[in-house]
Amino acid sequence: MSMGKPLPHDSGPLHVTGVARYVDDIPTPAGTLHLAFGLSPVAHGRIRSLDLSAVRNSPGVVGVWSAEDFDHMPDCSPSAEDEPLLATGTVHYVGQQVFLLAAESHLAARKAVKKAKFDIEELPALLTVDQALAANSRFESGPSIWTRGDAAGALAKSPHIVEGRMEVGGQEHFYLEGQVALALPLENGDMLVHASSQHPTEIQHKVAHALHLSMSAVRVEVRRMGGGFGGKESQGNALAVACAIAAARTGRPCKLRYDRDDDMVITGKRHDLAIGYKAGFDDAGKLTGIEFLHLFRCGWSQDLSLPVADRAMLHADNAYWLPHVRIESHRLKTNTQSATAYRGFGGPQGIIGIERVMDHIAHALKKDPLEVRRVNYYRECDVDQGPGHGHRYGGPHSPKAEELQPQTTPYLMPIEDFIGHAMTAKLSETSDYVARREAIREWNKTSPVLKRGIAMVPVKFGISFTLTWLNQAGALVHVYQDGSIRMNHGGTEMGQGLFQKIAQVAAGVFGVDAEMVKITATDTALVPNTSATAASSGADMNGMAVKIACEAIRERMAAHLAEKHQADPAQVRFADGRVQVGGADYSFAEVAAMAYQSRVSLSSTGFYKTPKITWDRVKGQGRPFLYFAYGAAVTEVVIDTLTGENRILRADILHDTGNSLNPAIDIGQVEGAYVQGAGWLTTEELVWNDKGRLTTHAPSTYKIPACSDRPRVFNVALWDRPNREDTVGRSKAVGEPPFNLGISAFLALSDAVAACGDGSVYPHLDAPATAERILMAVKRQRGDV
Amino acid sequence: MKIWASRARAPLYAASGGRALAPGEEKAAGLHMTETAFLLNGTPVRIAGEPPTRTLLDWLRETRQLTGTKEGCNEGDCGACTVMVSDQDGTRALNACILFLPQLHGKAVRTVEGLTGPDGALHPVQQAMVDHHGSQCGFCTPGFVMAMAAGHLNRRTDHDDVLAGNLCRCTGYAPIIRAAEAASTASVPDWLKQETDPGFFLAKIPSGGAAGTAARGADGPPSDAFRPSTTDELARWYAANPTATLIAGATDVGLWVTKALMNLAPVAFLNGIADLKRIETTGTEIRIGAGVTISDLLDAMKSPHPDFAELLRRYASVQVRNAATIGGNIANGSPIGDGPPALIALGAALHLRMGDARRSIPLEDFFLDYRKQDRQPGEFVEAVTIPATAPALRCYKLSKRFDQDISAVCGCFNLTVDNGLVTAARIAFGGMAGIPKRATAVEQALIGKKLDLATAEAVKPLFARDFTPMTDMRASAAYRLEAAGNMLIRYALELSGQTPRILDLNPLEVRA
Repeated sequence: MSMGKPLPHDSGPLHVTGVARYVDDIPTPAGTLHLAFGLSPVAHGRIRSLDLSAVRNSPGVVGVWSAEDFDHMPDCSPSAEDEPLLATGTVHYVGQQVFLLAAESHLAARKAVKKAKFDIEELPALLTVDQALAANSRFESGPSIWTRGDAAGALAKSPHIVEGRMEVGGQEHFYLEGQVALALPLENGDMLVHASSQHPTEIQHKVAHALHLSMSAVRVEVRRMGGGFGGKESQGNALAVACAIAAARTGRPCKLRYDRDDDMVITGKRHDLAIGYKAGFDDAGKLTGIEFLHLFRCGWSQDLSLPVADRAMLHADNAYWLPHVRIESHRLKTNTQSATAYRGFGGPQGIIGIERVMDHIAHALKKDPLEVRRVNYYRECDVDQGPGHGHRYGGPHSPKAEELQPQTTPYLMPIEDFIGHAMTAKLSETSDYVARREAIREWNKTSPVLKRGIAMVPVKFGISFTLTWLNQAGALVHVYQDGSIRMNHGGTEMGQGLFQKIAQVAAGVFGVDAEMVKITATDTALVPNTSATAASSGADMNGMAVKIACEAIRERMAAHLAEKHQADPAQVRFADGRVQVGGADYSFAEVAAMAYQSRVSLSSTGFYKTPKITWDRVKGQGRPFLYFAYGAAVTEVVIDTLTGENRILRADILHDTGNSLNPAIDIGQVEGAYVQGAGWLTTEELVWNDKGRLTTHAPSTYKIPACSDRPRVFNVALWDRPNREDTVGRSKAVGEPPFNLGISAFLALSDAVAACGDGSVYPHLDAPATAERILMAVKRQRGDV
Repeated sequence: MKIWASRARAPLYAASGGRALAPGEEKAAGLHMTETAFLLNGTPVRIAGEPPTRTLLDWLRETRQLTGTKEGCNEGDCGACTVMVSDQDGTRALNACILFLPQLHGKAVRTVEGLTGPDGALHPVQQAMVDHHGSQCGFCTPGFVMAMAAGHLNRRTDHDDVLAGNLCRCTGYAPIIRAAEAASTASVPDWLKQETDPGFFLAKIPSGGAAGTAARGADGPPSDAFRPSTTDELARWYAANPTATLIAGATDVGLWVTKALMNLAPVAFLNGIADLKRIETTGTEIRIGAGVTISDLLDAMKSPHPDFAELLRRYASVQVRNAATIGGNIANGSPIGDGPPALIALGAALHLRMGDARRSIPLEDFFLDYRKQDRQPGEFVEAVTIPATAPALRCYKLSKRFDQDISAVCGCFNLTVDNGLVTAARIAFGGMAGIPKRATAVEQALIGKKLDLATAEAVKPLFARDFTPMTDMRASAAYRLEAAGNMLIRYALELSGQTPRILDLNPLEVRA
């Protein structure tokens, strides 16, 4: 059985030898042109004139296009048709594409771009959520508001209340491979596009639309990305469309890759937001009522902001029962990059709000935050276990008769699979949480300058696309007459090990080793109408589609053998590279050859759609997720109270991936996600100046975690229990959920800051908790502000 | 255009000599070097006809189709383009994106394509990276394995420092460090051993000799791309070409080319000048040649000035330190370079030269104003001299990230205490003004005082008299001022007793 084995990434040997091919590494035909965009230098303005004569005369320039060269400006938006390829009259942010050029080399293109002369009448720019809110500049007509119960009434009756507002910064994806696309014009106007994209079908759709072609005339291939993290879900559209347009107009292959600085200035990032909260609770810290206000800075175009902000609302509960709740979410339109998908897709922004509340409540009651979290956890109620479970945590709002029933989320989805209590207990034990918390408290008494902090944070993350029809996947599997297997599906490989995991699924069906399964590039000509590889859904959906395709072929092979041996097809056994039936024993290759010679089809598609899900996003009610993935992390940090400098010293993680399809790959996802999540909330600070220009547009100024920033002691374990839902191999999605575990680093820093005071002042730390923010928070603790 | 203004590291000896170079200025004719010759993965190559500022990365990827070496940032901050370069001085990891072809003359370059054995056998670090799941998306991986292989060849086990210049966004680094640890005991593969044998590769390079000779061949080098092999040659040429750009490590000038897209001409490449790379200790002084790389300086400072060495450990990354020079770090005049504050606190003397004329000035007097130095056209930094001992020197670097980051504030303190009282004070800061600058008011106030917490607290407000820092993407003015004052408090605490630094701490152990 190859499922569940900790096999290395299929491309590992190719990565380490430099042979793994990315889009910019593909040998290009002679005559390939290199493109570059000219970018808006202002945040908001009307283009009076654009003098591109020097650009056209620059050495090596072959073509230059701006709005006036298009009858219909191609659109690049994934949602609302509000992203013209090139600005049409008005520019909406610093970095918006204004013109496009093609040149004989990448360097010639970059040099030529700088020669443009813009004459732009500057207009007032909205740069912050408060400015946008005041100007009522938003997507949709008003805020989304979801309620359950009577939050205001519950707050009015609450014995205790905490409230606050926290700023949560955005995050640059910083995929190591920047955005890139290559378009090759084919005969009869058809187009082949190589793109670094999580969503080949959308690239295909946008290119077809731009060229007025049918989708069948455009083929998009993606072998691998050098990182995606959501940043290549929609942000590659403009490059692919530009390449296709220029290729169509010049008849030459066209390639466009962003220089890193351009990439960071042009493309969208994780949404930053402000979170307002007001929470009522009893003496035990148990929530009575809660109100959240989300102010999302969405940028200039809609992109994926609505579902991102929805998912934040869907995760405003994280692991906690919120009896009376009101969530108000504003999706604000600003003159900045269009914020986009980023690992977690709004989930982390929702979760950090309620985790802040838990921390704040604990501070107010002078309790261990973990105690407060536990009393608010959802009831452990696995409906399959029957009565006798889940009594302990029923609250005053849970009538006795209902205690056997699952509690529901604010959007009324029953929580049937909550394992937070057991996971917390286990992690608390393996991490020595209680003893270390006490030891840290003692240590801090003796250390005036350096202070330590510790925090445990759980995560419950919903798995499925909230746009229901995206929850489908296709696959195409061939078995050749020599027994070799070629596998294709709609998922894309961005480093997450998806191809390897699914190859193990396919190998498992045929009872062969995983290396017998040929992994192939994602290709819209092979599997159509795919969804983005996003929402952590890649292995769940594509794995299932591949399994279905493989099983169809295996059934045909089994039927053929059973007929030949006068046996029951169910008795045909595929294992260890052999096929056994009625005492006969064949190699898999022999069976393939026999089936071929007997004219049995050895090729099949597979199709999967996620069951059970229903969702009404306007009401904010339904079952948007098939299941939840869980996890918990304990982080220990230290801060320097003279400078605010800080380090993660140790992290202990327990994470739920169901029956892991590949524990090595899953642990890699958890480790990487944690560090990325901690980076979001610590060193990764995006800074815009008062003209709306991003001043942190390169790794020299935008600091993702480096090697020495990882926790020095880093213990990661998998929960290793089957998914109660019928997923592929009873596994669970792993891409996004562990990202949220980085929140424990942030709250550990808050704990360290709190240790500087007498307990009377809550730290109110904003994110990212840079050294500067920490020092200022320390000063507040000491009344020195 | 101030793109280079924010760089901490600057191997350029002199800015562009007062000549205003427009970004779009076209190349002058006759700019090309006659020839650059080096070994590429063991095979001799001769390059002629390339512009002198053609980067190794572009040449590898575009001309040689060696696409294993990746472009991640094109400014030396991510390490995806790391290659190994060997010469008489050993094997180093360098960033190919800000390495100009003429800098490689007479050396051996190894890219990821040349790391495997002749029969395709994986290098131990490659095998370990596969076995320990050290690659996910794989894009940073070639750079990591090259940095790791260079560290492995040099038998280094300080993996965090060896890999600080390589960014990975997928793994969280844990499996990469596991791989580095696993490979550390393996021996260097035979096929790389020639890399450490100068006799072998120098013999195989077409020009048949060390750096410099080919450029000074029969036809003579073009006047606008010069590669001297002695300081005297440089002095003569630069006096005759005072508008030239001098390029040593190119870790800052590289960005003028890759980011500002400037055409630099004329240029001189200084890394072939052996006599500029000397470190000489004479009695009470250490004289450091301008061409000494930060890596070599770091090693040389470990014994006499350990805190300066620790500051240099956090100076950019190993790839940058292997290229960048202390002369460039001074001459470029950046207000946020990490070398000058420590050197000023040490009381360094700067040695300048124009033609045969030499002069020496206190280092702090070199920095006149933002991007303006006391340097005449045609004059260059030849060396810097520091005292051999300074037991009270402490250096504090404050940045958003500990490694591979530019200082928001860099404070260096060097007090002399006699009979419990401060008798002399040298305190210098980077990041607090348009130039590296002494805190003279604070220094004055400390003279004659006992250095303790109370004194430090009392003197702290005087930093506002010495400095009016700016707010930028690294830090606010208020934070800079606050942190600078707190560095004095830390200094007082450290000199008077045990106050651990944050980097010294480990997680608390609660079990025996």
